[in-house]
Amino acid sequence: MVTRRRSRPRKDSVAVRQLLKAPTGIRGLDEVTLGGLPRGRTALVCGGAGSGKTLLALEFIVRGIREFDEPGVFVTFEETVDDLAKNVTSLGFDLKDLIRKKKLAIDYVFIERTEIEETGEYDLEGLFVRLGALIDEVGAKRVAIDSLEALFAGLPNKAILRAELRRLFRWLKERGVTSVITGEQGEKSLTRYGLEEYVSDCVIFLDHRVQNQVATRRLRVMKYRGSSHGTNEYPAMIDKGGLSVLPISSLGLTYPVSNERVVTGVARLDHMLGSKGYFRGSSILLSGPAGSGKSSLAAAFAESFCKRGERCLYLSFEESPDQIIRSMASIGFDLGRWVKKGLLRLNATRPTIYGLEQHLVSVHNLVSEFEPRAVIIDPVTNLSAVGANNEIKAILTQIIDVLKSSGITAMFTSLTGGAHGHEQSEVDISSLIDTWIVLQMVQSANERNRILYILKSRGMEHSNQMRELVLSDEGVDLAEVYAGPGTVHTAAARRKSGDTKVIG
Amino acid sequence: MATRSTDTRATKRHPKKKGGTGRLDQKLRAAPRRQVGTEYVLRLYVAGMSQRSTAAIKNITEICDAHLPGRYDLEVIDIYQHPTFLQRDQIIAVPTLVKKQPIPVRCFIGDLANREKVLLGLDLQDKL
Repeated sequence: MVTRRRSRPRKDSVAVRQLLKAPTGIRGLDEVTLGGLPRGRTALVCGGAGSGKTLLALEFIVRGIREFDEPGVFVTFEETVDDLAKNVTSLGFDLKDLIRKKKLAIDYVFIERTEIEETGEYDLEGLFVRLGALIDEVGAKRVAIDSLEALFAGLPNKAILRAELRRLFRWLKERGVTSVITGEQGEKSLTRYGLEEYVSDCVIFLDHRVQNQVATRRLRVMKYRGSSHGTNEYPAMIDKGGLSVLPISSLGLTYPVSNERVVTGVARLDHMLGSKGYFRGSSILLSGPAGSGKSSLAAAFAESFCKRGERCLYLSFEESPDQIIRSMASIGFDLGRWVKKGLLRLNATRPTIYGLEQHLVSVHNLVSEFEPRAVIIDPVTNLSAVGANNEIKAILTQIIDVLKSSGITAMFTSLTGGAHGHEQSEVDISSLIDTWIVLQMVQSANERNRILYILKSRGMEHSNQMRELVLSDEGVDLAEVYAGPGTVHTAAARRKSGDTKVIG
Repeated sequence: MATRSTDTRATKRHPKKKGGTGRLDQKLRAAPRRQVGTEYVLRLYVAGMSQRSTAAIKNITEICDAHLPGRYDLEVIDIYQHPTFLQRDQIIAVPTLVKKQPIPVRCFIGDLANREKVLLGLDLQDKL
């Protein structure tokens, strides 16, 4: 008698076991993949030339050894062991040492097509035996093969090769090792020789594209069987710490806010901001034309953090660290001593050194490494050299999200040109900003003077006055307010007009 | 004539050479690696005693005996017993025959059933 199954099989009968993962140790990648690569299976890493495939595979092995105590085998078809070791020395990876300690085994497989004659039936048992011997030698838990496609170029019989590759992946699975193989991007398929047909568990795609003459790296998890994963393209970066991926989607508008206030570094400016200064963790914009005192106010802000013993990160797109220190010494800020004490880090780069995403990753890496309480970017408008305004806005949104979620106070300076209005920041980021201070240059009585006012400051009482900003060798200050008939009197006019009264 | 074998099993299956050298195994073991007058130094990598391995051994000895009597040194290596040798000659496919001498070094992958290709590669085609 046939009974029709009325309900789905009970959940416990399915015995859903969580897919085990092998963390890569690569910054950001484990977040994007929610834990790492599928343990005991094979993951495919594909991408164009120079996209970082080899580095990802090698980092997977080396970090596996160093951070997770899982010995590994690296099989390379492209570089000799010496070349490989040299290439990654700059990342602080000492491959030779790991080999001596029997944690790592590297095999360089060289196939010279012109020296090979095919004379009958064969298989790739030699490769299996080589790999098996190395796995046994170090007790490997991880295997990387870079890149299997060299086999296709070297061996003429594709039918044998495909059958053997299928056998290889089955064999790797039986050996219980977690493996990464790399493949060159193809024109119509993910990889030139369709390796994705054999690897069904996890496929990671690396992209390296050039926009506005600036190269941008991105990483995407195309497929991850049995696991959820971030599906976006994530900005990636290769720097002296290796490959890093920024899992930007993990952030949102959910960060906690603080009622704590931080001083601006200028007592009278604090006074204008409800007598207390900025909110901790807020975003501050200083906008103004050239020479209006943006960097000086930023320096006062940095100094105030360092004086309290809090770390501050100053990202300059204009001046070198030494030049910043010299310039600020002229108005009485000795930033050099904070740098020596390790409280202030001046990081100067040209905006064009890399793409917008890389700037984002770079900020992210610096922040997680240095753990500052305040970050200054001076000036954000220089980023327009590497991206359109809407892109800069998107990146700044992400930078602000990164900083705000860590409770870091962020200050941006923005250069406004003569053609634009004073209240128009060039990169149009006003909606992202909590406190916006506008600086202006006014001309009167053969003088150019600096005027400061607060355009907006969310969530606090703030002054509506225009004040004169005075830079002297004693620092930055606001002049006392002398209200003349309908205007703020600055400098000469202020001294001359005896009938004005002091307000602030 | 010189045929050496690193794998004993391979040796057992090794057909006896024509030309009256009866117990050649002992002779081979004692013989120096390169003998005067040896023009061809060959290494054959096989994976155990599979059908393919025996076919390859049979094919190459037949070719050598027919075209290079007394002028070759053949070493048969079982990759299961000597996995470390694989790196030395960059072997991934088996069977692989490596012609070490005379230069240039050449590799023949497969069971050497395509006799013409082997002869061509060994530069013996004129003597067909």
